[in-house]
Amino acid sequence: MPAIVLAIVRSLLLSIALIVAAVPAFAASFEESVAKFANDDFSDTDDAVGEIAVSGNPLAYPIISALQDERLMFDAETKKVYVKQADGKIIDAATGAAVDKLPDNAAAVSLNNRLRRSVDAALGGLTLLSPDVIRRLSAAKSVFKSHDEATLPTVDSALAKETNRSVKQALTEARAAILLFKSDASEVDKLEAVATIRARSDQEALALLTEISGGDQPASVAKAAAGAIAAIQSSLAIWSGVQNAWYGLSLGSVLLLAAIGLAITFGVMGVINMAHGEMVMLGAYTTFVVQEVIRTRYPALFDYSLLIAAPLAFLVAGAIGVLIERTIIRFLYGRPLETLLATWGLSLILQQAVRSAFGPTNREVGNPSWMSGAFELGQITITYNRLWILCFTMAVFAILLAMLRYTALGLEMRAVTQNRRMAASMGIATSRVDALTFGLGSGIAGIAGVALSQIDNVSPNLGQSYIIDSFMVVVFGGVGNLWGTLVGAFTLGIANKFLEPVAGAVLGKIAILVLIILFIQKRPRGLFALKGRAVEA
Amino acid sequence: MMPHMLTRSLDRAATIFVLIVAACGVLIPLSNLLLPAGSALQVPTYLVALWGKYVCYAILALSIDLIWGYCGILSLGHGAFFALGGYAMGMYLMRQIGTRGVYGNPILPDFMVFLNYSKLPWYWHGFDMFWFAALMVLFVPGLLAFCFGWLAFRSRVTGVYLSIITQAMTYALLLAFFRNDFGFGGNNGLTDFKDILGFNVQAEGTRAALFALSCLALILAFLICRAVVSSKLGKVLIAIRDAESRTRFLGYRVESYKLFVFTLSACMAGVAGALYVPQVGIINPSEFAPGNSIEAVIWVAVGGRGTLVGAALGAVVVNYAKTFFTSGVLAPYWLFMLGALFVLVTLLLPKGILGTFNSWWDHVSSKTPNAYSAAREDGVTEPKMAE
Repeated sequence: MPAIVLAIVRSLLLSIALIVAAVPAFAASFEESVAKFANDDFSDTDDAVGEIAVSGNPLAYPIISALQDERLMFDAETKKVYVKQADGKIIDAATGAAVDKLPDNAAAVSLNNRLRRSVDAALGGLTLLSPDVIRRLSAAKSVFKSHDEATLPTVDSALAKETNRSVKQALTEARAAILLFKSDASEVDKLEAVATIRARSDQEALALLTEISGGDQPASVAKAAAGAIAAIQSSLAIWSGVQNAWYGLSLGSVLLLAAIGLAITFGVMGVINMAHGEMVMLGAYTTFVVQEVIRTRYPALFDYSLLIAAPLAFLVAGAIGVLIERTIIRFLYGRPLETLLATWGLSLILQQAVRSAFGPTNREVGNPSWMSGAFELGQITITYNRLWILCFTMAVFAILLAMLRYTALGLEMRAVTQNRRMAASMGIATSRVDALTFGLGSGIAGIAGVALSQIDNVSPNLGQSYIIDSFMVVVFGGVGNLWGTLVGAFTLGIANKFLEPVAGAVLGKIAILVLIILFIQKRPRGLFALKGRAVEA
Repeated sequence: MMPHMLTRSLDRAATIFVLIVAACGVLIPLSNLLLPAGSALQVPTYLVALWGKYVCYAILALSIDLIWGYCGILSLGHGAFFALGGYAMGMYLMRQIGTRGVYGNPILPDFMVFLNYSKLPWYWHGFDMFWFAALMVLFVPGLLAFCFGWLAFRSRVTGVYLSIITQAMTYALLLAFFRNDFGFGGNNGLTDFKDILGFNVQAEGTRAALFALSCLALILAFLICRAVVSSKLGKVLIAIRDAESRTRFLGYRVESYKLFVFTLSACMAGVAGALYVPQVGIINPSEFAPGNSIEAVIWVAVGGRGTLVGAALGAVVVNYAKTFFTSGVLAPYWLFMLGALFVLVTLLLPKGILGTFNSWWDHVSSKTPNAYSAAREDGVTEPKMAE
């Protein structure tokens, strides 16, 4: 009897003990997982990351991201784990309660590369369900990169809930990447996955497919992967061509902008203006001054600073151009070599004047909000400032053409260019036209300076870097022909950018210079040479 | 070969010029070496080096005047020939350093060791011999000028087009020599020279000798230029300058004349560069900068283009002014002065100092204008619009 009682009591006690033990065991698993960090053992940490990631506890994300940044601290004696938040506050990792200060012997939980990968994967999985679209997108992308099998259930559930199109696409690709690396995925799934990744056709897709085609795959999958690799490689080659062409167009627009004023003074008037680059520089400094005034007085107008600066730069550079023509250049007509020397002297004076006024260092010119940032077009990134400069250049070119074609001044300019004496006999004030033409060319250089201030350093040497290129464009395109300048600028820009990946930036530029020198031997009057009597005069 | 086409005044100027340069070439080194330091008449060593530099610039100016003043070819890339001559000499001097470099490599110059060259690039071979380097000083600029001129003159690239492509040439060379893998020391160029023909380049005696040699080279270059311009060849050159098409129609092969004088001028510029490098102790890619070449042209314009003596005079005057102004409180204003010099000389003094002086002298002695200024007024200065 007592033995039975004893046995019952013992079994009762045991079962109570079991129940008591079991209930906390279930409830405390999160805390226990957290406590594993305190061992600071790589495999324990790995287990803890896996358990916490699936725990659904709101503290999971802060803890794992703290681990990633080595902000997760542990106390080896008390086996307590703390999260040092980015703002410096400390919380208890297990409970989330705020803690005043870290124990003295606290140290960061250490990581190795394998751990870092599982941390990345766990974070990716955790943020897949974040309410923030951008976070979800970047999480999906990181899962694509890590293609960790463990995240597959999360990806599936996120995919079912996802409504945003681009995130959904990224998730589908991430899922495909996981499936490709999952050894027990079905062949049909894998083939579908290859197709999904092939559609992505970028550098990462190529890397991924190359990686799996080396592994152990069913024959059909390996074949599909090989086909996809070839397709992606050819598509990448096309895109890199498109990218070079875009860079070339962008460089061409800059060259055109710098050269178009020269095309007027040199091409139309026959005046070599070595101070042309300094007109560009003056335009850039006008932008700087306008922005300084706006910054200090009317900060709200900052986005309009370039719109205000452009006409001002035209006026400043144009007025200086007219002044130069009236005081120096008109005495040197018909002596192009002397004009070259005198304007070179002017360029030295202007540079030094700007250096004295604004200092020799680069000046800060900001981008308005509508000119900063970029967007993606297929595989290439297009920055807004380059795009706007291209549009701006074309607009300036069109306005200039229209001006020469349809205005009275344009008509007079063309008349004076074609036959000075006849134009004078017809009552055109040729010297006034000369001054205005030179002013127009200089003013356009000033406008170019406004645009170039957005992509180049605004320093007294700004103009120097464009002068040789601008002359090359005008000479290559053919003197006295604005269309020639257009074609010349874009040809040189694109040729330069296609040579750059092959030969390197400096050698590419040297090659272009040598090619132009050789080209001028072949066609001394440029691509679109004037024909007839005007040539030999 | 007495130059009958030049008037007595220029003849006298030429003789005076040669005598003055010869006197400087003898007296300055002697005073530097023989008189005790601190003596009022002793020329300090740094001045010998400085004036040696001016003399090299004068040779460069002569070479530009030969083609610009007498043949109408405005080269904005003559600094390139000067620098190439300098690099050829610099390579010889680098090879002479031997094991005394920082890395002590008997074959490779320091910068090559630094840049992990395993062996000497092929174009550095032979530069350990002075005669070879001296040959290259003439040959490399000459060959470049010959190829460039052959292409340019044959396809009748003239006037400002030629100026612009010569500028592009020196700019391309500037970019190339800045590259480390080009094998010429990249940005730093060649420097840290030890000796030349066994003499220490830093020693007073060597510097004095280099100065005397530079003066000798200036006299030789001047005599060669005089011989060229006062010969029948020189008359054809002037004809090309003033009316190129007419000269061609008269049956002269304009390209050949231009090519000859352009190549000769490039060789002279190369010699100037070669003498310049041991005296300043460094050659780097900035010598190729287009600005340097244009500055050299303004020396000629200041002195008087088409006078030879004036070109040399202009080089010395402008560079002396540069040294004077850039060392004092006026340093920030030097570029204003240089810029104003360009503008004022072209506007007010188109014949330069010597040309204006000659006209004045002719006027004072009420003689007929000399052949040179008559030819000049005939063509170049007639105002006409390029159409």
